[in-house]
Amino acid sequence: MEETNSTYLYNDPLIIAGRKFKSRILIGTGKFPSAEALRKTIKASGTEIVTVALRRVDLKKPENDSILSVLNPKEVLILPNTSGARTAEEALKLARIARAAGLEPWVKLELTPEPRYLLPDPIETLKAAELLIKDGFIVLPYIQADPILAKKLEELGTATVMPLGAPIGSNKGLKTKEFIKIIIEQSNIPVVVDAGLGAPSHAAEAMEIGADAVLVNTALADAQDHEKMAMAFRLSTEAGRLAFRAGLGPQRDTAEASSPLTGFLFNSNSNNKS
Amino acid sequence: MEPFSFSNILNHWNSEYIQEIYNRVDEDKVLLALDKDTLSIEDLIALLSLKALPFLEKMAQKANRLTRWHFGRTISLYAPIYLSNLCASDCVYCYFASHSGIREKRVTLTEEQIRSECNELNKRGIQTVLLLTGDAPKIVPVDYISQAVHIAKEYFKSVSVEVYSMDEEHYAQLAKDGTEGVTLYMETYDKDIYDKVHLSGKKKDYLYRLNALERAGRAGIRRLTCGVLLGLSDWHLDIVWLALHAKYLEKMCWQSVISLSFPRLKHTPSRFKVPHLVSLQELVQIITAMRLFLPYSPFNLSTRESAEVRDHLIPLGITSMSAGSSTRPGGYKVYQESTPTQRPVLEQFEIDDQRTVEEVVSAIKNKGYDPVWVDFDPGFIKSL
Repeated sequence: MEETNSTYLYNDPLIIAGRKFKSRILIGTGKFPSAEALRKTIKASGTEIVTVALRRVDLKKPENDSILSVLNPKEVLILPNTSGARTAEEALKLARIARAAGLEPWVKLELTPEPRYLLPDPIETLKAAELLIKDGFIVLPYIQADPILAKKLEELGTATVMPLGAPIGSNKGLKTKEFIKIIIEQSNIPVVVDAGLGAPSHAAEAMEIGADAVLVNTALADAQDHEKMAMAFRLSTEAGRLAFRAGLGPQRDTAEASSPLTGFLFNSNSNNKS
Repeated sequence: MEPFSFSNILNHWNSEYIQEIYNRVDEDKVLLALDKDTLSIEDLIALLSLKALPFLEKMAQKANRLTRWHFGRTISLYAPIYLSNLCASDCVYCYFASHSGIREKRVTLTEEQIRSECNELNKRGIQTVLLLTGDAPKIVPVDYISQAVHIAKEYFKSVSVEVYSMDEEHYAQLAKDGTEGVTLYMETYDKDIYDKVHLSGKKKDYLYRLNALERAGRAGIRRLTCGVLLGLSDWHLDIVWLALHAKYLEKMCWQSVISLSFPRLKHTPSRFKVPHLVSLQELVQIITAMRLFLPYSPFNLSTRESAEVRDHLIPLGITSMSAGSSTRPGGYKVYQESTPTQRPVLEQFEIDDQRTVEEVVSAIKNKGYDPVWVDFDPGFIKSL
């Protein structure tokens, strides 16, 4: 194959709810020391999806806000998150505020009733996903690495599932790897590994096992050199993706094989015409 | 009494028992505690002991790292609004005390005056406030505080209160009003000292105050701030009890943020001399040890500390600070310019950090931190 690295990646877009993204790294905006550090991180990471906590930003005066002021909606999708909400109804209210303020109807669903480890509440998350989808939102839920919950959310119609690698801010890496592997194996929607990825190697590891994308925040926000660290995560995410496409990851490609060898056995029997 | 209550825990962790643990601390125990992810109370005691002093820099480095992991390089800003300086309790260390002997004016702000104060703070950029009163539930009743919360919520994103301890139903009312947090210092967990420094009034009831934060949590208040007045007693004991209290509240009120403050008692009325003055080095040891013990808890620093000290403490585990504070009712606008003929309005304590909000913000930025104005958590959503 003659393709260069970048054209290869260009031909392998991340597709969420029908929308194509070249970048497979999503960025959280909390914890940065300054707007400038965030700006550099976004640029160097190449990210196209940036999540913001609605409780932290001033939607009425975006130009004064240290987070919103550096986000250009033409360059990145601003993905509002519902952090701070503890119930499905609260999450719905928050999402509606964001939409009313002119953001696209995308929402990262975060329901973390316990304030210390910020682990997601599976029961409220499932309820909230249903309410939000009915209300017309594109929903990306933050979840425990629970394969059954992931399937239930997929059945409801969420755009992705976002299982955690380790508790938020812990930098511990893919502690839930075995369960994330099962989620990836079983999922028909993109799997974005969220939380706990503390080093570029963690992002690469997630991509190698077949995750569709990663979300990183603390490791980038806390870097000494924001630009370099963002670049490192970008490269490792791409490297992990390439390795997966090259055949490292066993699960996903099999379902996408272009020329089945045994198709002739089932020619007359086609339940799946799509 | 309930079988599992905080007072039972305190009975178990009595001063003799804690002192024995202190006596057994050696260098190895300190090093072991420094290495752990999850510290036991025994580990905390090792870090609070004299044996830990040679390792203070290591503790500070780890405290800095843990704080960055959990909160990033951010400092939340808030301002106190004193609603009233009337007080029916007599606490020897406090200028508001009913018998403090101070002749300055006692006032309770009217609705119009509260609005004027809110408006002034709003202009300065403040979005998070703490409403305070003295300990006078009959003269400054719950309904008054509840109304003040409603007024303040028109101006600010997040409103918390630091008032007298109350019944669960009253906390429930405040929660319903959209009050985000309740701050209530035990002052000291040492029962004997507590009894000696609180001469009269409702605040004299040790158990009622001890269990107040738990009642607030049960009533749905989502940010509970505890603390001791450093200087009232031997902090080696009080900080351990404070840590136990924070852990207990975490378990009982698992949906609430448990945050801590570290106020150093410095200026007191003439009738009371601070018996256990806490040095800056001791304050650093306390804050860093507690950060290692409670990596995810917000830590507040009040304007009691000088500008210089506050700037030094920022990277050691502090996550929120007051800025441009006045501890006098009406101190931002209403009684700011008093004429020479008027008696000045009594303030609770002297502010050491006299900088404006803007100056504090630029000091935070100079330290490489991002000042956070809004982090309105549950109170905001509830009141939508």
